Amino acid sequence: MEFAGTSGKVITAREAGLVACTRCSRAWPIANKRCGRCGAKLVSRDFKSLQRVWALWVMGLICYFPANIYPMLVTRQLFNVDRSTIIGGAVDLAHHGAFGIAAIIIFASVVIPLGKFWAIAFLALHVREASGATAHRKLWLYEVVEYIGRWSMIDIFVVAILSALVQLKGLATITPGPAAFFFALSVIFTMLSAQAFDTRMIWNGQPKEDETPEHV
Amino acid sequence: MSDATALIANIPLDELIVCPQCDAAYRFKQPKSGERAVCQRCHKILIAPRHKAGKHIIAVSIAVVILIIAASVFPFLSISAAGRSNAVSILDAALSFTRGPLLVLALLTAGFIIFVPLLRMLLTLYVLVPVVFNHPPARHAMRAFRLSEALRPWSMAEIFALGCAVALVKVADLATVDFGPAFWMFGILVVLVIAQDGYLCKWSVWNSLEHPEKS
Repeated sequence: MEFAGTSGKVITAREAGLVACTRCSRAWPIANKRCGRCGAKLVSRDFKSLQRVWALWVMGLICYFPANIYPMLVTRQLFNVDRSTIIGGAVDLAHHGAFGIAAIIIFASVVIPLGKFWAIAFLALHVREASGATAHRKLWLYEVVEYIGRWSMIDIFVVAILSALVQLKGLATITPGPAAFFFALSVIFTMLSAQAFDTRMIWNGQPKEDETPEHV
Repeated sequence: MSDATALIANIPLDELIVCPQCDAAYRFKQPKSGERAVCQRCHKILIAPRHKAGKHIIAVSIAVVILIIAASVFPFLSISAAGRSNAVSILDAALSFTRGPLLVLALLTAGFIIFVPLLRMLLTLYVLVPVVFNHPPARHAMRAFRLSEALRPWSMAEIFALGCAVALVKVADLATVDFGPAFWMFGILVVLVIAQDGYLCKWSVWNSLEHPEKS
């Protein structure tokens, strides 16, 4: 790729009076409203996207509480009925000695969601100013959130497989609890929240020479 | 306006490529096959063309379509304990949430693991087949590719595969588990879906839809 600017200085499309399509990378005059190639809506910097980010973030957080309070799995074995929550299920697994699987569950359903809530909030709060972290750090954080967010769905799929498979009448049956519904919603809302974020804003508040840190 | 800014502003628009992640503008230069054009500021991969990628992607997509259909119909897993047994297909697993609000969940699950991956493959075929074989793009090809790209994060076959592993460990001490033919098909499918994603260069597709004669 050839640098269009001189001496390694990055020129953004916005500075050059252009607006870029984030879907197909084509540049257009800043007045254009839609991409002439792929039809995507063109916005030079989508500051309004923060409102969508926060709205979806709050929805995700609201759903996350019932997801942890209600049971995720209801296991009926002969005479006992066991209702386990997400964390309870992982603790049970650890008691049975399956530490690796317990770790996956805890990581996918507790560490990742909480980390995502923190990361999206951090990005949304600090995106306008140069404070908080360097642009590269912020972008790295965003990429991690976007990549890893989907993996929280694993718990829902485990519940789906278990409740379809373990249907041995009179012996053992597993049915999903209400938490599965809320957990899936929470994951979907946080995924949408991360997708709504316009990463180009990260570089906006940066000082011009953001390639070289000022304080060494 | 500085010199550098003026330079960018004077380049014809169709010779520019702008990083979707950080808005840095570059003069377009076609990378050689196997090379990648990477944004200098945020390191986002902008263009990654590969030799004969189109035909590879088409072949893989056809294989994936067949595998998805087969894997969702054949038995996937079966368990048995004390003389009782139960065999399920992927479709059964996806549709296991069937009461009340959980029905929504059943539809979402079925969508994430079967219908979204299937639809993405069909859309990819629809977009790529005419272009790769030097025909004019299909009608609404751009809209189809747009939909396919929008669905990308919602295609969760690989996550379902790891979910299976976790579920198996949970069931292991409750009953004996046997793998059906669909289990192995699904395993291959996950590898193919990931390979297909790696081969597909978005920019090249957009470009060939815009200028069909050059590709």
